Amino acid sequence: MTLTVNNLSVDHGAIRALNEISFTVAPGQIAAVIGANGAGKTTLLRTLSGLTHATTGQATWEGKDILGKKPENLVRSGIAHVSEGKSVIAELSVKDNLALGGIWRKDKKDVALATQEVLELFPRLQERLGQSADTLSGGERQMLAIARALISRPGLLLLDEPSLGLAPLVVAQIFQTLSQLRERLGFTLVLVEQNAMSALKIADIGIIINLGRLVASGKASDLSNDPALRAAYLGY
Amino acid sequence: MLAFISTLLIGITVGAIYSLMALSLVLVWRSTRVINFAQAGQAIFSTYVAYEVIQRTGNFILGMAAAVVVGALLGALVEVLLMRTLFKRIHSGAVAAVAPVIATLGLLGVIRASVGLIWGNDGHRFDAPVSTQAFSMGNTVIPFSRFNLLVIATAALVMIVFTVIFQKTSLGLSLRASAFAPEIARLSGIRVGSIRTIGWAFAGATGAVAGVLISPNDSLTPNSLDLLLIFGFVSAVIGGLDSLIGAVVGGLVLGIGKALILAYLGSSLDYPTAFVVLAIVLIVRPGGIFSMKRGRNA
Amino acid sequence: MLKKFFANGVRTRFIGTIACGWFLLLAADRVDPLRVYQGGIVAIYVIAIASVILLTGYSGQVSLGQGAFMAIGGFSAALSSKYWHLPFFLTLIVAVLAGALAGALLGGGAARLSGPYLAGITLALAIGLPNLANQFSFLGGEQGLDYSVGDPPLRFGMDFTTDKWFFWITGLAALITLWWTQNILMSRYGRTWRALRSNPAAAQLAGIHVGRVKVLAFTLSAGLAGLAGALLSMTLFYALPSAFPLSLSFALVTGAVLAGVTHLLGSMLGAIVLVAIPAYAELLANKLGGAERVIANLPGLMISTLLILAVLFTPNGPGEQWRTFKEKKGKKDRQTR
Ligand SMILES: Nc1ncnc2c1ncn2[C@@H]1O[C@H](COP(=O)(O)OP(=O)(O)OP(=O)(O)O)[C@@H](O)[C@H]1O
Ligand SMILES: [Mg+2]
Repeated sequence: MTLTVNNLSVDHGAIRALNEISFTVAPGQIAAVIGANGAGKTTLLRTLSGLTHATTGQATWEGKDILGKKPENLVRSGIAHVSEGKSVIAELSVKDNLALGGIWRKDKKDVALATQEVLELFPRLQERLGQSADTLSGGERQMLAIARALISRPGLLLLDEPSLGLAPLVVAQIFQTLSQLRERLGFTLVLVEQNAMSALKIADIGIIINLGRLVASGKASDLSNDPALRAAYLGY
Repeated sequence: MLAFISTLLIGITVGAIYSLMALSLVLVWRSTRVINFAQAGQAIFSTYVAYEVIQRTGNFILGMAAAVVVGALLGALVEVLLMRTLFKRIHSGAVAAVAPVIATLGLLGVIRASVGLIWGNDGHRFDAPVSTQAFSMGNTVIPFSRFNLLVIATAALVMIVFTVIFQKTSLGLSLRASAFAPEIARLSGIRVGSIRTIGWAFAGATGAVAGVLISPNDSLTPNSLDLLLIFGFVSAVIGGLDSLIGAVVGGLVLGIGKALILAYLGSSLDYPTAFVVLAIVLIVRPGGIFSMKRGRNA
Repeated sequence: MLKKFFANGVRTRFIGTIACGWFLLLAADRVDPLRVYQGGIVAIYVIAIASVILLTGYSGQVSLGQGAFMAIGGFSAALSSKYWHLPFFLTLIVAVLAGALAGALLGGGAARLSGPYLAGITLALAIGLPNLANQFSFLGGEQGLDYSVGDPPLRFGMDFTTDKWFFWITGLAALITLWWTQNILMSRYGRTWRALRSNPAAAQLAGIHVGRVKVLAFTLSAGLAGLAGALLSMTLFYALPSAFPLSLSFALVTGAVLAGVTHLLGSMLGAIVLVAIPAYAELLANKLGGAERVIANLPGLMISTLLILAVLFTPNGPGEQWRTFKEKKGKKDRQTR
C-alpha cells in the first residue's frame, strides 16, 4: 500500500503544471503537500486520481501503475479523491451524497456499516440526512465530502484543501478527526494544504512544491524546523 | 361548468403527451447538455414501427412495446455513434458551441427523410385500442373518451416508473449524479459514459411513448411530430430544462392553457399560444418555474 | 505590392464586386437556360447563407429559423405589392425592413438567452410560421399571394428570358449583399462580434454592450434573410407557405457549415452545393426507379447527411482543412530548407 511517484510531469496545454516530481508515501502515512497558489498541488491530486493525464513519468499504488487509468476504475482499487472546492453535489440530498460513496461497491452490508460509522463520526450529518446538500454550511460540506470518501473504504485518500474557507477552529477539528481516522482505519493520506503549519503538525512527511517543481520533501518535523524553508515556503 | 371541466380534461390529456416529450428532452439535456432536436425523428421512427406492428398483429400494446424498445435502442445508438464522436472531435472553433445542436438537427433531417423513403410521405393511420367516442352522461356529452383516459393513465405510469427509478434505485442516483456533477460521479466510481447512454435510451423510449399516444386516428407522416417537438420543448423550458418534475408540470400547464384558449378564443391561436407562452416564460422567469439558481447561458 | 492593393479596404472590395458581376453577366449569356435558373437560386442561397454566417459565424448565436425570416420577407413583400402597389424595388426594401424588424424583436428577447434556448425558439419559429400563414386568409392560405417582378424590360431584347431576368436581379442582390456584409464585418461592428464570439466574458469586461451587439447582429441577419425570402418568392411568382418549410432552414444551416461559418465567400460554395444536391438527387432517384417517395426524400437525406458529416469532419468548413494542410506543408518546406 505504498504510493510512489517518479519523475511525474503534467502539462495543461502550453503550461507545465508539474515538472519531474518524485516522492514516496509509505503505507499508513500522512503526506502534506504544500505550495503557493498555482504550484501544481491540485494538478498532482487530479493526476493521481485519473482526472488529468500525465505527460511523462510513473506513479504506482500497491505496486500497480495508476497513470492512464480512469478515475472510475482507480476508485475501485481504493483511491478516493475529495476535490477542491465544490466537492459535494448541491442538487442532491445529504443522504444521496453519502450513498454515492458506496455506489460502486458490491458489499452492500459493509456500505451500510461504513455509513453508520461516518454518521457517528459526523453527527451533524445524521441530523441533516434529508436536507439538500445545498443548504449545508461550508464546514458541513467538507465533512460530507470526506464522509463520502470514507464510505468507499479507501486505501489512499486524496484530500484537496479541506480547510478552504473554514474557520480555524473547524479546520483544527477536521485535521484532528483525520489524524484519528488514520490511526483507526489505517489508510494512506495525501493532504494538500495552504495551511502549512497545521498540516505539517499531523503529517508524517511533507512535500513542498513551487511552480511545478519539488522544492523539498522529507519528515514533516524536519521540514517545519528548517528556517530557510519556513521563511520561503511555509509562511510562519 | 361541465364544459370547463371537460376542457380541463382534454387539456390534461394533451398536456400529458407534451410532458412525455418534455421528459425525453430533459433526460438528454441533463445528461449531455444538448437539446436533442432529433428526438422528433427518433419518436416518429418508433411510431412507424408501432404502426407496422399494429397493422400486422392488431395488438396496440405489442405495437407500443415495440416502439419503446426501438426508441430506447435508437436513443442509445445516437448517443454512442453520433454524440460521442462529436464530443471527441470538436473542442474549439467557431462552431464548437453550436455543433451539437446542428448535429441533432442534421439527424432529425436524416431520420425524417429515411422514414419518408421507407413509408412514403402520405399519411398512414392506425386506430386507438379503445373507443375515442366521447362519454355521455344522460343528455350531456363530455368530449372525453376512454382513449383519453388511457393516454393519461399511460403517461402517469411512465412518470411513476421514472420516479421510482430516479428516487429509489442506484441507477437513478447514478443518473442524477452524472447529470449534475460528472466529475464527482466519476470519482464515485460511476461509469458516466454508460450512464449517459442509458439516459439517452430512457429519453428515446419516452419520446416513443409520446409519439404512439398522440398518433392514433390521425394522419401519421414523417413530419407529424414536429409540432410535438416544439410543444415538448416549450414545456421543458417552462419547467426549467433541468427538472423532471418541471417537465411534467410544464407539459400540463401548456396543455391546459392551450385547451382553454382553443375553447374560449378560437383554434387559430393554437400555435401562437405556445410561442407566446414560451416568450413570457423566458422573459418573466428566465429560469423556468422549477429553476435552480443557474442562468440560461449554459 | 499586390497585397497592399488588396488590403486597401472598401474600394478594393467594391472593384472586386463589380468584376464578379461583369463575369457573371457574361457567363449568363453562354450557358443553357436551366443553369441560368439555377444560378438565380444559387444567388438567393448566397444571401440566405450570408445571413446565417453573419449571425452564427460572427456573433456566435445559432438560428435554426432563418427560413422563418425568409417567409416574413416574402410575405411582406407580396403584401406591400398587393395592398400598397409598391414598385418591385421598394417591395424588396419592405422585405428587408420586415425581416429586420422581426429579427430585432426576436433578438431583443434572445439577447438574454443563448445556446439551446435560442436554438429552440428559432426552431419553433421555423416550424410554426408556415402553419400560421396557412391559417390567416389575408396571407392567401395554401395558394399564397401573387408576387411578381413583371416582364423584363423590352430594351434587353426579345430573347431575354424571365430566368435571365431573375438571374440578373438575384445576382445583383447577392453581390450587393456580399459587398455590404463584408464591409460590415470589417468594420467596428464586425470586430465587436468576433470579440463576443471568442470570449463573451472578456468582451463584456472590455465594455462591449453584449445585449445590444447581439440584437444588432440578429436584426441585420434577419433583414438579409427577408431579402432572400422576397427574391425566392419572386422566382416562384407567389409567396407560398410551402416555399419555406423546415427543410429550408436545415438546408441553410448546412450551407453555412459547408461554407465554414466564418467565411463569407464560402457562402457561394455552400449555395452551389445546396442547388447541386437536389439536382443530382433527382438524377439518382430517377436511376433508382424514380419512385415518388425516393424523389421526395433523397435530397433531404443527402443534405442532412452532409450536414452531419460536415459538422463532424470539417466543423470550420472545408477551407480550414485546406489552410491547416497548407500550414503543415509550409512548415515542412521551411524545415527541409
Ligand atoms: N485545466 C487547466 N488548463 C490550463 N491550465 C491549468 C489548468 N489547471 C491548472 N492549470 C494551471 O496549472 C498550474 C497549477 O495549477 P494547480 O491548480 O495545480 O495549482 P494549485 O497548487 O492547486 O493552486 P491553488 O493553491 O491555488 O489551488 C497553474 O498555473 C494553473 O493555472
Ligand atoms: Mg488547488
